[in-house]
Amino acid sequence: MLFYIFAALAIVSGAYMVLTRNLLYAGFSLLITLLSVAGIYVLLFADFIAVTQLMVYVGGVLVLILFGIMLSCRVHDKSVLSENVNTVWGALVAGLIVVGLSYSILKANISSLPWLQPTEITVLGDQKSTVQTIGIKLMTDFVLPFEIASLLLLIALMGAAYIATDRQKV
Amino acid sequence: MNIPLEHILLLSAVLFSIGVLAVITKRHAVVVLMGIELIFNAANLNLVAFSRHDPQLLQGQLFSLFVIVVAAAEAAVALAIVLRVYQHFKTANLNEIATDQ
Repeated sequence: MLFYIFAALAIVSGAYMVLTRNLLYAGFSLLITLLSVAGIYVLLFADFIAVTQLMVYVGGVLVLILFGIMLSCRVHDKSVLSENVNTVWGALVAGLIVVGLSYSILKANISSLPWLQPTEITVLGDQKSTVQTIGIKLMTDFVLPFEIASLLLLIALMGAAYIATDRQKV
Repeated sequence: MNIPLEHILLLSAVLFSIGVLAVITKRHAVVVLMGIELIFNAANLNLVAFSRHDPQLLQGQLFSLFVIVVAAAEAAVALAIVLRVYQHFKTANLNEIATDQ
């Protein structure tokens, strides 16, 4: 039941993010969507992913987006508004996507797939959290993607700082 | 509680289409970025949902971890670019940027 509450919250606030014209309202409704998705991660036995979602998305990306809204709007505008364009085409494409995906998901009869048969929730076994498994996997099977991710973050940090510098003033 | 896999997939399909709708209809660059973040979240939800059935344990969760890392890097660089564009063109509206030479 908790899953459906979180799902409804995510969909309603996501729809509000698209419908509202105020950029700050859109940012804060994206906050509610990300929080609901974090709650769904907890229900799906992904505690580490849920905490990462909270720290990276809610604590990092959303603050960055709010800074971007504040810094990229004219000061003399009282409200930070943006107009909608292509509403007919956008609604058509999004509606087609959701109808097509729902049709194929319902048609696929996923619960009868052979590789999904052991649906018994013994994922965690006798341990209570996924942190230990994820840590061991990151240092053994996934050590190359892990190192590449650290390199990517370093490059993104340097690149973002270099691009955002105002070179006229310095 | 055992959540049916179809319901999670349907939720992520709806979130994905909302993200696509935001990318298509909004003309402020930051809101387009927010739509892209929503699309990333929909993909992550699918990965975590299928990771529950992974006999080899948690490959989907590890993959979604890397997706989150890449999304964070992408958001930082894209917002830096948006700020530079705003300083140059004095607007963050994508249509006005496109018509400017």
